[in-house]
Formats: sequence, structure tokens, C-alpha cells
Amino acid sequence: MTQTVVNKIAVSEKYTSLFQVNRELLDEGSSPLLNRMRDVAIKRFEKVGVPGFKNEDYKYTNLERVFDKEYRPVFQYEKVDVDLNEVFRCDVPQLNTFTVLLINGWFYARNQQLSGLPDGVVAGSLAQLANERPELVQDYLNRQAGLSDDPLVALNTAFAKDGFFLYVPDHVVIEKPIQVINLMRSEDAVFATQRNLIIIGKNSQAKVIFCDHTLSACDFLVNNVTEVFVGRDAVVDVYTIQSQSNNANTVNSSFFKQAENSNLLTGTATLHGGLIRNNLKVSMDGEHAEAKVLGMSFTDKRQHVDNFTNIEHNKAHCLSNQLYKNVLDEDSVGAFTGRIHVARDAQKTNAFQRNNNVLLTDSAKMNTKPQLIIDADDVKCSHGATVGQIDEEALFYLRARGINEPDARLMLMNAFAHEVIQEIRVEPLRDRIDELVDKRLRGELARCHSCDRS
Amino acid sequence: MLTIKNLKVAVEGMEILKGINLDIKPGEVHAIMGPNGSGKSTLGNVLAGKENYEVLEGEVSFLGEDLLELAAEERAKKGLFLSFQYPVEIPGVPMVNFLKTSLNEHRKYKGLEPLTAGEFLKLMREKKEMLHLDSQLTNRSVNEGFSGGEKKKNEIFQMALLEPKLAILDETDSGLDIDALKIVAEGVNALKSPERSTIVITHYQRLLDYIVPDFVHVLYKGRIVKSAGKELALELEEKGYDWIKKELA
Repeated sequence: MTQTVVNKIAVSEKYTSLFQVNRELLDEGSSPLLNRMRDVAIKRFEKVGVPGFKNEDYKYTNLERVFDKEYRPVFQYEKVDVDLNEVFRCDVPQLNTFTVLLINGWFYARNQQLSGLPDGVVAGSLAQLANERPELVQDYLNRQAGLSDDPLVALNTAFAKDGFFLYVPDHVVIEKPIQVINLMRSEDAVFATQRNLIIIGKNSQAKVIFCDHTLSACDFLVNNVTEVFVGRDAVVDVYTIQSQSNNANTVNSSFFKQAENSNLLTGTATLHGGLIRNNLKVSMDGEHAEAKVLGMSFTDKRQHVDNFTNIEHNKAHCLSNQLYKNVLDEDSVGAFTGRIHVARDAQKTNAFQRNNNVLLTDSAKMNTKPQLIIDADDVKCSHGATVGQIDEEALFYLRARGINEPDARLMLMNAFAHEVIQEIRVEPLRDRIDELVDKRLRGELARCHSCDRS
Repeated sequence: MLTIKNLKVAVEGMEILKGINLDIKPGEVHAIMGPNGSGKSTLGNVLAGKENYEVLEGEVSFLGEDLLELAAEERAKKGLFLSFQYPVEIPGVPMVNFLKTSLNEHRKYKGLEPLTAGEFLKLMREKKEMLHLDSQLTNRSVNEGFSGGEKKKNEIFQMALLEPKLAILDETDSGLDIDALKIVAEGVNALKSPERSTIVITHYQRLLDYIVPDFVHVLYKGRIVKSAGKELALELEEKGYDWIKKELA
């Protein structure tokens, strides 16, 4: 056996034995709805293990490197010695939202009461609500993730205890966005597992913003899974803003299931963070569903950001549109794999995908791979990918009008990103992201605790 | 205003300009004509500070300073303006932001306060009217989706806003119908003053009916081979460039 194979087994065994040793702790206090999934899930993880380069879906991202480190798992809620409502200052302030804090994957005990949510809406801790309102959870939990072959999704299911839960009944519009702030804070290296579940009823509307942050610069490994169910005629926005320390490594798997006539917009903005892998799957399970899937990343140093999308057109007359843009500086590495699968009989499908990348240095690297699998014959599908540098002609044009080179470069990079940003449907958020991206590109965006090593 | 002495320039190892001499005094209008590939646009670009042009030899002084030492943006702020032959489309950069940034950079350089939003809009409105520019154009991204004529008008519009000391118009007439040509020429002439100079780079004589030059130079194979008054343009229109080629042979 080669060294790498031995290591791969060793890395994976670490997590399976972590499961065996902590089995009782995992079950403790958790709803049977969560506990009953664990055994199947850990077996599924064991079969493949932590994916290495040989795994086609993880070809561009070596996760062994981050899974191999020593972490302390957080299988119980740990008291926080400060008031996070005070400590945390979000870079997206003045955004009028319902705000919820999570700490190391757990719903924060001192979250302020969410007042003013429409009647029937249930929002809070998954651990708590799976115990108290199992009827809301049981038909949805793991109904998407459970079908996934991804070993890390299975690992999440095996370890999942808490996360954010949102239930919106039929015919309810929540006007204000719900902002879920995921904080990592610890004095030692921590492995966190967070499981989110979002259910949006028929003809309802909601907007959820996830913000990932770190409050200390330790090594973190976060393995998140979010399942979103978008009911018939529902309109749902889910945004994720990743701004963590570069010592934080994240695998973030999101699943969206769309019913007939539903409309989904989801976007991921990656500003800071070490190794980030975003898996995103949209299943269009009803006719005339529409999905817009956006992503952008701004990386430097030795950041590594990998976006993997999978849009499943299972029914006819659906529309999907993917737009991913990345600006890579210094030694950072990016990857984009965009899969579109049009099932048999999903006629009149419109499925589009574009990935544009700008490399600012010779050592930055981008891997981009479209994958179209089309089993229907009356469809419109397109994909396009570009990897290039800053447009020198445009740069000269701006400079020839008296705009300094650094400002001109910034203008062009902001413009590049703006094509994605302008699609954001929450106006104040759009403005904020515009500002955040500008700050990020200027190098002014505070990394969470400026003690990054990488 | 501008003095060019024995300027030799290469692009990707090929010598394009092979010793240009030109002296432009305040208030003068110089036309540079010549067949395709003679180096006209290279001259415009190298004066404006485009990179990847290698200056092999020669000097250029602009308002008493060594122009070749200055970055493109410095040249612009000192009052040199290039109207691009092919204005670049820049999706995502709104015209208004671009113009405002450009204008305020110029003002900062002159030690002036930035314009207030109201002042800026008023100035834009005036200049837009002068050039009969569709007011919607400034709501778009820089040059994005503009027609050829709109792009050229947009160049002159920027020139009118920035009020340069030396304007280089690189084939501003190409692709313009006669009405647009007149408007563009009016815009250029409106700026005419004893302190401002203009270099008009063109193939054709037609633009020179509207922007009347004091001098006409013929650029051929990287050298100015003939210089005369405005009548030279007419002669070229009539006879083409072949007689010059023959004269030189």
C-alpha cells in the first residue's frame, strides 16, 4: 500500500472512531429524528472516507490536509464566557434583519427573542425544535442529504446535533431577511458540525442570510449541511457570506428542493477563509421552477476555494442560471465544477452556466470544469468559462482619463464582481456586499482577528 | 506645447516610428494623415502613455516636462487627452462613476475641490446637450453597447468635460455619418482657444473641412515625409497617397 492510501485510511478512521467513542454523547439530548440517522450515515462515510484527489468530485481540493489536523469536536453545547451579542460586530451592520447567532455549530443560548415574525413561523435551534416540534421536522430532515453520495454530508449526518431551523407555513411572507451568524470561537482547534433545515411552505416568501465568521484565529474545521425545501409558488433567497480567518476550513453542503413554480435565488460570497469547499445541489422537482445560483470569491495568500454545483432538472419547463466569478490574487487556488443534469422528459429546460475568473498573479491558479449531462432532446443549455487577467485595454482607457492605476484596477475588479452582486434581490444587502467587496479588494476588510498564519 | 524630437518606437520588437519630429505651439491644430499602417495610432498611443510600446530613441517634451517619464494618468492630468480610435467597453463601470472619478482626479491635481453632485450633474447636462448625446447613455456602463458613433461622441463628450490642453483625436471621424461628424467637430471647435492645441489623426480630408488644421503632416512608414498647410489635405484627397510614395521612391 502506498503512503497516501495508508494516510487516507488513517485520517478517515480518526473520524469513525470519534463516532464510536462518542456515540452516547451524540445521542444524548438529541431527538430520535437525528439519532436514528447516525448509524447508516457513518457506514456511508466509512465506505468512501475523507475524499482525496482520486475522488473525481474532489479532484481539485485535498481535504485530507485539513481533516488530518487534530481538532477537539464539539458534541455538546459549551457555555460562552462573553455575551456574543456584544462581542460580535458584523461587517454588514444596519441591515434590518431578524438576527440569530450560532456558536461553533450550536444555537447560541443567549440569542435574543425573535419578535415580530409572522404567525406560525418557527425559527430557532434544530436540536430544540426536533425535540419539541418533531411533526415539523420529520418529513424533511435528511430527505435531501440522505440521498447524497458525498461522504462528508454523511459525516455531518452522523455527527449532527444542532443548527438553525426555520419553518414558514403556507401563504406567509417574511419581509425582513433572517440573518444567521455562524461564529467560530475557541482557544483550541475545534471541529464543528452544523446542520440547518429550512422549510418554506406553499406560496410563501423568505430570505435567509448566512454569515460565517471566526472570533479567534485557531484552526477550525467546519462541516455544514443545509437542507432547504422550497414549496410550490414560494420565493426564497438564501445568501451565504464567508468571511473567516484563513485558519478556518469549511465544507459547506447545501441542498435545495424546489416544487412547481417556485423561485429560488442563492448566492455565495467568499471573502476570507482558508480552505473552503461549497457543495450546492438544486433539485428542480416541479415544472416551471426557476433558480438563480450565484457565487463569487476573492482570494489571496494561500486560500483555496472550491465551488461544486449540481443542478438537477427533473421536471420540464424549468429555468436555471448559474453565474460564478472569482478574483484570485497571490498564491490562491480556486476551482469551479458546474454540473447540469437534465433528466429524461425534462423537456423545454433552460439551463445556463457561466464561470469567469481573473488571475492577478502568475502563481494564482484556477480550475474550471463544466459538466452537462442532458438526457432530454428539447432543451436549451449553455456553459462558458474564462480564465484571464485584468483587461489591459480597459485599464489603459481609465488611466488615460487620469484615474490612477490602483484605482483603475479596483474599478475593474469591482465591475467584474458587480455583475454578480447586482443580482442580489435584497437591496440593502446588495449595497452592503458591494461595499464589502470593495473593502476586500482594497485589502481593508478586517480579517477576523488579524493573526492569520497562512 | 509639445515637442517631439527623433522619436523611435518599437512594438513587439518591430520598429514602427522611425524618427518623428514635430513641434506644436499653443493654439495650433495639426493634422496627421497617412495610409494604413504608417504609425499614426502608435504615435497617439505612445504620447498618451500606453505600455508595451518601447521607446528606442528620442525625446518628447510636453509643457516643458519630459512626457515619456510620466505615467498615463499623470499625462492625462497635465492636460493631454487621447480620443481613442476604438473606445473600450467596460461592463460594470457606470459612466457616471467613471466621469466623476476622472473629473475629480483632474480637479484634485489642479488643487480644486471635488464637484458637488449638483455641480457635476449640471456640467454633464450642459456638455451632453452640446454634443447631442442621448441622455440615457450616461446611465449605462462605459461604452457598453454604444454604437460606433455614440462611442466617438462619448470621447468628445469626455474631452469637453476635461478641457485638455492638448487633444489627440485618433480617427475620431471613422464610422461617423456626416451629421455626427459635424456635431463632433462642433464639440472640438467649441474648445478651441489660443491655449489649447489639437492633433487630428485621420485618413480622410473630410473631417478637416470642419476642424481646420494649421498644419498637415503626412506620416509614411514611421516618418513624417511631408508637412504643409491645410491645402495639403485637399491634395491628398484628390490624388491619394500614391504620389507621395512615388515622390519618395
